[in-house]
Amino acid sequence: MDSLAVPQTPSTNVRPHIAVKNLTMAYGSFVLMRDINFTVRHGDIFIIMGGSGCGKSTLLRHLIGLKEPATGEINYGDVNFTRSDPPTRELMLRRFGILYQGGALWSSMTLAQNVGLPLGEFTDLTPSQIREIAALKLALVGLSGFEDFYPSEISGGMQKRAGLARAMALDPEILFFDEPSAGLDPISSSLLDDLILELRDNLGATVVAVTHELASIFAIGNNCVFLDADSRVQIATGDPKDLLANSRDPRVRKFLTRGKEGGESSSHHG
Amino acid sequence: MSGTSNIAAQGAVSLTRTADSTLLIELSGPWHLTRDVPSASLLNRELESAGTLKTVFFDTSGLTHWDSGLIAFLVQTSATCRARNIEQDRRGLPDGLRRLLELAEAVPEKKGTRSEANKAQFFQRVGDLTIGYGLSVGDFMTFLGDLTVAFGKLISGKARFRRVDFVEVIQDCGANAVGIVTLISFLVGVILAFMGAVQLSQFGASIFVADLVCIGMTRDMGAIMTAIIMSGRTGAAFAAKLGTMKVTQEIDALTTMGISPMEFLVLPRVIALVLMMPLLCLYADFLGILGGLFVGVGMLGLSARNYLQETISTLTLTNLFGGLFKATFYGFLIALAGCLRGFQCGNSSSAVGDATTQAVVMSIVMVVVACGLFAVVFNVIGM
Repeated sequence: MDSLAVPQTPSTNVRPHIAVKNLTMAYGSFVLMRDINFTVRHGDIFIIMGGSGCGKSTLLRHLIGLKEPATGEINYGDVNFTRSDPPTRELMLRRFGILYQGGALWSSMTLAQNVGLPLGEFTDLTPSQIREIAALKLALVGLSGFEDFYPSEISGGMQKRAGLARAMALDPEILFFDEPSAGLDPISSSLLDDLILELRDNLGATVVAVTHELASIFAIGNNCVFLDADSRVQIATGDPKDLLANSRDPRVRKFLTRGKEGGESSSHHG
Repeated sequence: MSGTSNIAAQGAVSLTRTADSTLLIELSGPWHLTRDVPSASLLNRELESAGTLKTVFFDTSGLTHWDSGLIAFLVQTSATCRARNIEQDRRGLPDGLRRLLELAEAVPEKKGTRSEANKAQFFQRVGDLTIGYGLSVGDFMTFLGDLTVAFGKLISGKARFRRVDFVEVIQDCGANAVGIVTLISFLVGVILAFMGAVQLSQFGASIFVADLVCIGMTRDMGAIMTAIIMSGRTGAAFAAKLGTMKVTQEIDALTTMGISPMEFLVLPRVIALVLMMPLLCLYADFLGILGGLFVGVGMLGLSARNYLQETISTLTLTNLFGGLFKATFYGFLIALAGCLRGFQCGNSSSAVGDATTQAVVMSIVMVVVACGLFAVVFNVIGM
């Protein structure tokens, strides 16, 4: 299979952190996306974007091993994630932090227990140390004082932030976000963007986010892949600001300008 | 109904052939969705039968009100027109209406999005279902295998689950189930006693009611009644809980954290139910015998002392432990069915309901089948 040329971004001196090669995603015999190729460098904030139903979340599920590729492979650093054996994969997963769309907090545990669970399972810390770290992580996302609340007792936005605190519990190398701003008001959403930038700058984490929130994309993203639902291939990759300035693809332009440009027949409003 | 009499109350449509190739569609009156709107079928028939028709015009001067009812009517009309290559001159329509029509037609219907599922033929559906059942046996075996691996990890001390979760499940499927088990098994004892008494008292052998109740409860009824209660109570709860965790991605969150949901969620549930079932069954046996005693003393005029003596002389450890063993096995089946269906749950709230139903059905079927097999096997080995 000859691979599509991976468009290299100018700063190639940074080591690739995630490399996706010729990935095909399929549900049974239904091919959702084929020939996906992209590289995420260390410290990137990488955006997976595209219209609704194009397979953004499915791509994320592939990256974190919840779904197996039909063909192709995903590499983290020098390790082939797709072909790795379960113990290796478990070790790799431990270096990931994942924020799910609805937070996905464990509903039978308090926030502190949610954040503390991975610490208890994978470190030798004492319970009181675990509680201190959990409180710290919750404070980082603006939830100090809520340690003993259950997920059902706090608002959706707070659940999302608590989910982020849990994702950060083990100081992950890579943070994955599934629609971080979905269901958040504009202010919370921009605070979350700031938080993501802080995490990247201060913890040195690489961030992969699925989103179609244009404000967020331009505010935090410095690399992206654009999936197109109709042709079922990726149609662009690179810095979203570059794409806005230089891309000639009408579909990309239309998306990045909220349909103001590039739409061939977008006469929806007469 | 000609429509002229109640033209003020509801919308009307009238058709006029202005020339051989043109049709004027007059829309008048108030078109309210909540009142009756004329159906498009009359107009469609007209359009389809008119061979030489080239263009349709609209006249809406008599139209006093319109809403989605009229738009739907016009969308149907225009679909017919397109199919028959008839041009539509929409200048006669109000501006807003014309724009909404354009919007409705802006995105062409996506091919293949309409479900074709109902068109499958009878034999194909039977085949699909059969294959589905075959595959579900495979899923069951895979699940059983995963559970065995998790159990192996537990024995070697590497399994991960929270002790507090385990204790909570034990409380829920043990202590909290005592009330309902008390009621049901006491009544089952009463029913058994009455059933026996009808025949036995005819021979003046009422005392054998004690034997009947004792053997019946310890050998089978205690175990199977407890199993059926626990299927409906705990098996369903397992499926609903795990199914909901699937929907809210809590199970994904465990998996991607490197914590096996099999160890963290399934293992404590299976072990808890396997531990609690024999205890509940023993308790049910006792309550059933108490129910029999109640009938024997209250209705058949036996003395409590005689009844208990007869019970003790009939009670064998073989029967008692046979029943407890069965109950333990049923507990395993119920926990397995509940957890499996919960894990297989789809991604919506109705899927959680389906998973729960399937869990109860599956566990009751498995329990009854196992009960039948036990009866045969125990008979063959002479227990």
